[in-house]
Amino acid sequence: MISKENYKVNSNGYYGKFGGAYVPEMLLPNILELQENYLEITSRPSFKKEFDYLLKDYVGRPTPLYLAQRMSEKYQAQIFLKREDLCHTGAHKVNNTIGQILLAKVLNKKKIIAETGAGQHGVATATVCALMGMECIIYMGAVDMVRQRPNVERMKILGAEIRAAESGSKTLKDATNEAMRHWINHPTDTHYIIGSVVGPHPYPDLVARFQSVISEEIKYQLIAQIGKDYPDMVIACVGGGSNAAGAFYHYLDRPEVQLIAAEAAGLGIDNKKSAATTFLGSEGILHGSKTLLMQTADGQVTEPYSISAGLDYPGIGPIHAHLFDSGRAHFCAVTDEEAMHAGIGLSRLEGIIPAIETAHAISALDKIEVKDKIVVINVSGRGDKDLDTYISWGKY
Amino acid sequence: MNRIDEVFSKKKKGILNIYFTAGYPKINDTLRIARTLEVAGVDIIEIGIPYSDPIADGPTIQDSSQKALDAGMSLKLLMRQLQDLRKHVKIPVILMGYINPVIQYGFTKFCHDCKEVGIDGVILPDLPMQEYAEMCQGTFEEYGIYNIFLMTPQTSEKRVFQINNASKGFIYMVSSASITGAKQEVSQAQIDYFERIQKMNLSVQRLIGFGISNKETFDNACQYASGAIIGSAFINQLNKDDSDEAITSFVGSIINP
Repeated sequence: MISKENYKVNSNGYYGKFGGAYVPEMLLPNILELQENYLEITSRPSFKKEFDYLLKDYVGRPTPLYLAQRMSEKYQAQIFLKREDLCHTGAHKVNNTIGQILLAKVLNKKKIIAETGAGQHGVATATVCALMGMECIIYMGAVDMVRQRPNVERMKILGAEIRAAESGSKTLKDATNEAMRHWINHPTDTHYIIGSVVGPHPYPDLVARFQSVISEEIKYQLIAQIGKDYPDMVIACVGGGSNAAGAFYHYLDRPEVQLIAAEAAGLGIDNKKSAATTFLGSEGILHGSKTLLMQTADGQVTEPYSISAGLDYPGIGPIHAHLFDSGRAHFCAVTDEEAMHAGIGLSRLEGIIPAIETAHAISALDKIEVKDKIVVINVSGRGDKDLDTYISWGKY
Repeated sequence: MNRIDEVFSKKKKGILNIYFTAGYPKINDTLRIARTLEVAGVDIIEIGIPYSDPIADGPTIQDSSQKALDAGMSLKLLMRQLQDLRKHVKIPVILMGYINPVIQYGFTKFCHDCKEVGIDGVILPDLPMQEYAEMCQGTFEEYGIYNIFLMTPQTSEKRVFQINNASKGFIYMVSSASITGAKQEVSQAQIDYFERIQKMNLSVQRLIGFGISNKETFDNACQYASGAIIGSAFINQLNKDDSDEAITSFVGSIINP
């Protein structure tokens, strides 16, 4: 029997050999403040009450667990879709930003910063800042600002200030660097809302806990629909890995549930243009935690590629590095082309246009044996933001 | 005796440490610049190992790192460039870099090669004290390489003492809450911080860095510590003119009365 403690963070901030807090001394007081307080604050009844209330009445939770009839027929399986795409702002990201802004308020922070790649986390952060009346600065790679223009404008409408990351490759990893630099320069009054299960401890655990509402709901929704609280497998896409962490969370210690993580292979794992970290990465330190990352032999972080901006990240969260390393989760690599076809497939079979990130998870159905299985796929986001990408791909 | 200790035992005030990025402005400039700095009168040299994601650095050092990387700089090449370091340079030389390239190089090989070429200390800002102790302290000590820790205005008193106890050579006192190259006047809050640390009577000497850019800021910092570190301002000088004469006159403008 696999023990639960093997897959959750330990008291030093590690998942197996991955995790930790590799931050400069300038950031350490902020990180220590979070490490010392996050469990106590987030377990306060008053905190939980407000978090639950906002998830219900503001985000629109619980999100449905929908039995996808036509897709189930196609794959001769029982396929459930966890509809995170129906969350306010269009993706699961808001579960975390609600939690973190409540935490920031308790810690008496006045300003919020965040990084964003595709803009979904930026929008979710700008949204909760508007909700709470807090100042909001979003760092976004200059290249991403061009390819995700509508989300830039959404953030501006919500009152956030957008700052272009002009360093390095001008994408998500550079936006993360700039946000960390901003935090070094403003250590006392600012909270940094990291959007995925990455970064120094306690962020990976903090974000996983806020996202764990996904699998918490899946459990009771399955009881209502099939009379037991677990499926045979849970499938989710992994960039940094926040939606997967949330969908896996309450099944980590349930070995009867297979965990499937779909990574973005870009143009293919034999091609340099890829973001499939478990296939192409190696151990190292990225953004404050020990994890798997794509790098040169000299330890320089390399630029990933995926058609999906949300999966276009050179690392994965330490929890996923551990799930991979221990064999607890099965990782598959999905190319741009496979993901796009899967996105169209879901649109035609179920009338749901998924985010291209999510389309990678859908494509996993073609890569693993699902016949006669009960499968839950986490539909992490909706495809509205990706219309331009669907249009320029064009094969529909 | 480690060369860093020698400097601090001979000179109690006004120690000048200058930072530059390895392989910048041209890939083969590393040794030339080190030599020129020594002749010009610098006390300690700090050589940056270029890294793709230097989160504690401002635009000036980021830019120099990226250009050095684009030109083909690597830690491996740096060690080769430093092969003859001790034929030319007698003063202490410290490597400053981020942890990931060092991990990929291997701690044992890194410390071994540092010792062989004559590196005296290392500054790895994203390797906190606890992680250092667990990951590589034994190896550093075996090869006699000093690991230099940072402290900041936000570092708690308890932690300052811990850093003092764990430190060898000197403590890198970050002057304010900032990344490198931030330009600022010396504020009252900074002076309060400098004085607060001064009164703690730490056993290890301190050099003040970040925001030190000219004679005025250098002299000011020297009132509160054994000396100071100049980084971005020197890179800016190299951007303007990297000739030996220009380097010499830059150093002169700081140390000459």
